[in-house]
Amino acid sequence: MSGTMNTDLGGDGYNFAFLDEQTKRMIRRTLLKALSIPGYQVPFGGREMPLASGWGTGGLQVTASVLGPNDRLKVIDQGADDTTNAVSIRRFFHTVANVAVTESTEQATIIQTRHRVPEAPLKEGQILVYQVPEPEPLRRLIPRESETRKMHAYAEYGTMQVTLYEDIARFGRIARTYDYPAIVNGRFLMSPSPIPKFDNPKIANNPAMQFWGAGREKRIYAVPPYTTAHSLDFDDHPFEVQSWKGCCALCGSTMSYLDEVITDDKGSRMFVCSDTDFCTTHQAKAAAQTKVVGEHS
Amino acid sequence: MTVRSDTSFRSAVSTDAPLKPGFADPVFDSQAVFRDLLVATAYPGRIVSLDRKLTAPRPFSSATAALCLSLMDFETPAWLDTGLDNNELTAWLRFHCSLPLTKTAANARFAIVSDPANLPPLQAFHQGDVEYPDRSTTLIIQVPSLADGPAMTWMGPGINGSIKVGIAGLPPQFWTDWDLNRELYPRGIDVFFTSGNDLIGLPRTIKVEA
Repeated sequence: MSGTMNTDLGGDGYNFAFLDEQTKRMIRRTLLKALSIPGYQVPFGGREMPLASGWGTGGLQVTASVLGPNDRLKVIDQGADDTTNAVSIRRFFHTVANVAVTESTEQATIIQTRHRVPEAPLKEGQILVYQVPEPEPLRRLIPRESETRKMHAYAEYGTMQVTLYEDIARFGRIARTYDYPAIVNGRFLMSPSPIPKFDNPKIANNPAMQFWGAGREKRIYAVPPYTTAHSLDFDDHPFEVQSWKGCCALCGSTMSYLDEVITDDKGSRMFVCSDTDFCTTHQAKAAAQTKVVGEHS
Repeated sequence: MTVRSDTSFRSAVSTDAPLKPGFADPVFDSQAVFRDLLVATAYPGRIVSLDRKLTAPRPFSSATAALCLSLMDFETPAWLDTGLDNNELTAWLRFHCSLPLTKTAANARFAIVSDPANLPPLQAFHQGDVEYPDRSTTLIIQVPSLADGPAMTWMGPGINGSIKVGIAGLPPQFWTDWDLNRELYPRGIDVFFTSGNDLIGLPRTIKVEA
C-alpha cells in the first residue's frame, strides 16, 4: 500500500459519497421521519464506515446521504476547521464525492460539526449535522434501552429533572456545562450532543435544518427549522449560559465561546474563540475598519 | 435488478405497452429529489418544485413518480388507491423500485393516493407504535392543485409563525381526520401532497386551522 491517498477514486472506486444507494435511501427515509417527530431518536441500519466509531461515523452517514454534487461542505471539530477530525472528514468527502469544501459558515450548504454550533447565524436551507457519541439523554440514569424507550413513549422525564435538582442541592447551581438536555417541540427530551450549553439557545428557532447522527448507537434525530428547544431548568434556577470576563485575545469578540489556551510552562494563558472561521472573519473586519479609520484621519 | 416470477408481473410485461423509464441518472436524480423532499418536510406548506421531470405511468404525476423512485424499495410495502390491477403502474413500481405492494393499508410504509376522492380515513393507515412512532405510513396524495383550494392556516415546527396553504380537491372529512391525527402525537401519519411537478409536505406536527 502506498502512503499517499489516491484522490482520483471519486468516479470509479466507490459509489458517489461512499454509501450504496439502498443504504442512502434507508437513511433518507429515516431523516424525513426524524423531521416529522422532532427530538425523537429514529433507529436506522448504521453501516461500517472507514473510520472508527467515536470519530463521527453517524454524522458521516447523514452527510453522505444528503450530499450532492452542488453542495459546499464545511466540517468543524470543537469549532475549528483545521483539527484532525475535521480535516480527515473533509478530505474523505472530497475524495469519495469530489464535493466543494469551504471553511466559511456563510458559504457552506452542509456543515458537519463535532461539539459546537457555529457562531455565525445559519440561514434557511442550510443543513447542520452533529456527530453524537450517546444519543440517549437518559442513558446515564437508566442503562436499559427498553426502559428509556418507554420513558420517551410516555414523556416520563422526572428523573432528569431530579438529577438537575441534585446538582442544585450539592453545588447550589445546575453543574452541567455541556450535553445539556432540552425538550424539543414541547415533547421529546433530547441530548444536543456534547456541545457546550452556551450553544443550546442556538438550536431553538434556528432557520436551518439540524440533524444528529449516532453511528455506534444507530440513531438519527432532528430539530426542524423554527422549532422550540427548551433547556431544562427550574423557576428559581433558570437556564444560563457560560460567560467570560475578558474577550478573545485574537479578535476581541465578547460574544463568542472562548477556549483557554496555555501558552508556556509558567502559567501564562490566553482565551481565544473556539470557532476559527468566526475569529478570522472578525479579525479581518476589524483590520478593514482600522484601515478605513486610518485613511480618513 | 432481480426479475420477479409472480404472475401479475409477467402478464403486465406481456400485455402492456413498454415500461416507462425511471430516473435517467439514478444516483444524482434521487439525491436531488430527496433534497427537495427534505426541504418540503422541513419547511411545511411551501410549494417545492422538483427539478427533475419524469414521464410517469398513469395516473401518477411526475412528482409522485419521482418521490417513489427516490424513497421506496423492497423494504417499504406500499398501498395504492388504484388497487393492484393497473398493470402499467404496478409493473413500473415493481421494476424500478422492487416495491412490494400490499392490499392492507394498515401494513403500508407508503400509501399512494392518485385520486383524493378515493382517500380512506387517515385512521385506516399505520399510525406508528407508541414506542416506535416512526413506523407509521407516509401518505402521498395527488391533488389537482396546491394553491387553488380553500386557504387554511398551517402552524408548527418548520413554519415561522404561520403560512396560508390552499390544497385543492381534498374530501371534506380530511381536515377533521387531520385533527384526530394530531391528537395521537407522537404517533400519526405524515403526508406529501403532489401536483404536476410540485409538492408540499405536511408532517404530523402541523396544526391546521380554517
